[in-house]
Amino acid sequence: MSPIIEFKDFSFKYRAQAEPTLRDINLSIMPGEKVLIVGPSGSGKSTLAHCINGLVPFSYTGEINGTLTVKGKKPSELGLFGLSKIVGTVLQDTDGQFIGLTVAEDIAFALENDMTPQEEMFAKVDEVAEMVDVKRLLDHAPGELSGGQKQRVSMAGVMVDDVEILLFDEPLANLDPATGKRAIHMIDQIQKKKKTTILIIEHRLEDALYRDVDRIVVVGNGRIVADTTPDELLATNILEEQGIREPFYIAALKHAGCTISAEDQPQHIETMHIEKYSQAVKDWFGKAERKEGKKGSESALKVEDLYFSYEEGKPILQHIHFDIMEGEMVSIVGKNGAGKSTLSNLICGFYKPVRGRILLNGQDMAPLSIKERGEKIGLVMQSPNQMISKPMIFDEVALGLKVRGVPEEEIRERVNRTLKICGLYPFRNWPVSALSFGQKKRVSIASILVMDPRVLILDEPTAGQDYRHYTEIMEFLKRINEEFHITIIMITHDMHLMLEYTDRAIVIADGHLIADDTPAKVLTSEAIADKAYLKKTSLYDLAVNCGLEDPSEFVERFIAYERKNRREKEDAAHV
Amino acid sequence: MKFKFGIKEVVAIGVGTALFVALTEIQIPTPIPNTYLQPRMAIMAFLAAVFGPLVGGVVGILGHALGDAMFYGSVWWSWVIPEGIIGVAIGLCASKFAIKEGEFKNVKAIVLFNVVQILANIVAWALAAPCLDILIYAEPANKVFLQGAMAILGNVLIIGILGTLLCVGYSAVGAKSSSLNKEE
Amino acid sequence: MSKMLAYEEKDTWIHRLSGVTKLIFFLLWCFTSMLTYDTRILAFMVAFSLLIFKISKTEWKQVGTVFKLIMVFLILNVLAIFILSPDHGTEIYGTRTVLFHIAGSYDLTKEQLFYELNVIIKYFTVIPAVFMFLVTTNPSEFAASMNKVGISYNIGYALAIAIRYVPDVQGEFTKIKHAQEARGIEMSGKASLLSRIKNTSAILFPLIFSSMDRIDTVSNAMELRGYGKHKKRTWYMERKLKRNDYLTIGFTVVFTVVALVITFADGNRFYNPFS
Repeated sequence: MSPIIEFKDFSFKYRAQAEPTLRDINLSIMPGEKVLIVGPSGSGKSTLAHCINGLVPFSYTGEINGTLTVKGKKPSELGLFGLSKIVGTVLQDTDGQFIGLTVAEDIAFALENDMTPQEEMFAKVDEVAEMVDVKRLLDHAPGELSGGQKQRVSMAGVMVDDVEILLFDEPLANLDPATGKRAIHMIDQIQKKKKTTILIIEHRLEDALYRDVDRIVVVGNGRIVADTTPDELLATNILEEQGIREPFYIAALKHAGCTISAEDQPQHIETMHIEKYSQAVKDWFGKAERKEGKKGSESALKVEDLYFSYEEGKPILQHIHFDIMEGEMVSIVGKNGAGKSTLSNLICGFYKPVRGRILLNGQDMAPLSIKERGEKIGLVMQSPNQMISKPMIFDEVALGLKVRGVPEEEIRERVNRTLKICGLYPFRNWPVSALSFGQKKRVSIASILVMDPRVLILDEPTAGQDYRHYTEIMEFLKRINEEFHITIIMITHDMHLMLEYTDRAIVIADGHLIADDTPAKVLTSEAIADKAYLKKTSLYDLAVNCGLEDPSEFVERFIAYERKNRREKEDAAHV
Repeated sequence: MKFKFGIKEVVAIGVGTALFVALTEIQIPTPIPNTYLQPRMAIMAFLAAVFGPLVGGVVGILGHALGDAMFYGSVWWSWVIPEGIIGVAIGLCASKFAIKEGEFKNVKAIVLFNVVQILANIVAWALAAPCLDILIYAEPANKVFLQGAMAILGNVLIIGILGTLLCVGYSAVGAKSSSLNKEE
Repeated sequence: MSKMLAYEEKDTWIHRLSGVTKLIFFLLWCFTSMLTYDTRILAFMVAFSLLIFKISKTEWKQVGTVFKLIMVFLILNVLAIFILSPDHGTEIYGTRTVLFHIAGSYDLTKEQLFYELNVIIKYFTVIPAVFMFLVTTNPSEFAASMNKVGISYNIGYALAIAIRYVPDVQGEFTKIKHAQEARGIEMSGKASLLSRIKNTSAILFPLIFSSMDRIDTVSNAMELRGYGKHKKRTWYMERKLKRNDYLTIGFTVVFTVVALVITFADGNRFYNPFS
């Protein structure tokens, strides 16, 4: 059998760039294989995908050396359209890929372009829709679908062409953990049923490994760093070196001093041979300490019996009750559409609650306007691009003060102070466009911090970020939380974020508050995780499999240990 | 000149029209009672300046017809067509503005943009719209020319300020600068 | 956001007509209504519009908000015509029958009243047609129809994309507006006109940015799925013309011709009851 995709001494340089993005790539993928491609942002993994689906060189031009063949042919022979018959790409941005006005039309899009007769389209669309379980949604508009459903429609839309290769570009980026699990399962089913070659590009390794893959290719700095089985890879330190997050249970085993060997099948915690490690884990558990999270004594934000609905009798939120203390770092979690964003909209005053009160430092906020609340509660949106409205960094950060008529001199002073806190002072006269995504994120946070809010609400602060950027953003937030005693509330479905950086998780499902507890407790409870579309952490399975009696305590200690380690590393870096 | 009608243009028209329609209801009140400035005009001017005459013209016509039909339940063809004229006129100079390349920053580009938009607005609202109103709808000349004059005033103002701001801003952000130094 | 006119699925023979048919009807109907000032024909058109409006089972709640808005425009327009051209009716009909004197040079004449009545009727011939077209035509099918009547499928598809992304853009706009308001940037309020425009730019800027990104993503997605490969394309939502379609198109064409012949038979487009 000959490979369906074959790179030989391949390198690629974008036209506008000085350095090649990919170098010396040698990679063969056999028909029917399932390969996971991992690497940090900027490693070249997306470019690798673009080479396979033809966006390079047809849309993004540049200089190619070496050869690439897909099904034995060069992309230049096949053309973009020829390639699209072989390779189906599911993009990360499901809203961008969903072009049709309804599900059926979107699935039929490629057929329409191929001038397929209508009768044939009906039959084909039905068949594919059945396969990804969207048949009952055929006449729905994209606005009526969840992220997971949109993604399944995107899958159907490329499978309708009977493609031999399915390429997934960060399929987990916009999904909550339970939906992500389901997506990985569905991809697995498709591969088993249709023998399609599957390529998944992802940096969330643990979630992507929910189902078996044949190989993992690690891309780092434009080169292939590893190309091996998951079991072999997890027994090395390559992931850590490349800045890719290891699965939690692997990290825990390493903390306990274990050397993982490939024979024990570490790919899945459920089936891993754990016997020889369990004693070490138990010993570590006995020694590890747990630190109680500090908590202020003053209430920062209190919500009392909040109720909200657009229409009478169809409540979006009901009986929401919690009290966040000053200086806390809290996560608000739950599946998409559960009412998390509505809650932040109510707190910021964009909507008025039907019933209930929201108190800031003990004072009812009902009489305050949006603008007045904005001085006390800062809202940072998911993408900095949704907030940045001035080309220059200084002007962007100054904007909120300017419109409030603060004197010029004071603006200069406060903006500069904020820029220093955010590590942006050296860039103050730069255009925003010259910054990296993480720096832009800091600009958008700075533009809120400059108003000296007491509470900061962040919507998915780390969405789509790789491990390094994630850590960078979160450490920064942790620092302003500690140094300036600002209360931080994060709306998220990132379980790592909850566990690693917050002391408390408020869980909302179907408009109800179903838990208000430590993240470790929330993520070790099957009932809560299921209801809120979360996923139990693999640390739980590890603890249970090692015979520990209190899995949530194990998780608490693991987190405390990780935090201490990170702090030591940070401190070492600062000295 | 960009008369190419490829995928980029199709999508730019589609998303541009969606923007135009979505902003139909967003209006800025002016000191004159019952007179509002329409930010959607500035968006159309911006799109024309970036993507050229085809995108500008079609977004103007399609956006105006669709937006008015959806929000106001009626389509005044005599006001739809002039909108297209403005889009085409501004779009014809797109290559001179080079917004995506980051060239829209000097006085020359800003002056050209505004000269073109003022001329286009005059042709559209002082000539095309009133003539079509009289021809198609047999409306009295006094009224249609007064309406035209108001339209010129409002549109020149909103495109001149908001449109220019958007073009300058987008051009500045889209551009990559190579000579930046950190300052301590 | 106030209520927009939008397609709602129902089962009437009007809903079942092909989009092509409804598009032809809509365009010719508007065309006729634009050209004719023949009161008899306009009256027939109003009656007929109301009839099909009824048949299409369109409900008041689907169109009520928009209708009220149109009435406001209508009244303003009629007043504006009177204030600026109180003798436009005389210019058209050639006679001047004063009913009573108002003030200054303003007289209320029969001719002016009749002219303005025609203007009002013209509104009412088109409003139900627009309403009906929008609430009974599936937008996807509409894009296919445009292609069928000879308009480039690129335009048809651009229109489909526009309709597809209007709700997304609206949602994005609201989110951005809220976040910017919290920062203190407002579009309305007591600020000067210039600063209001500047604030609007602060809100629109991020929206433009995300829209430009969206244009790139959507083009890539379409390219990867073979858009523009052939000179033609087929449409999943297209409906074949059936008997009722041919009947409707036939009726529309005949009506347009007859209406224009009657209108222009006496040399101009106005029906003159005064001569």
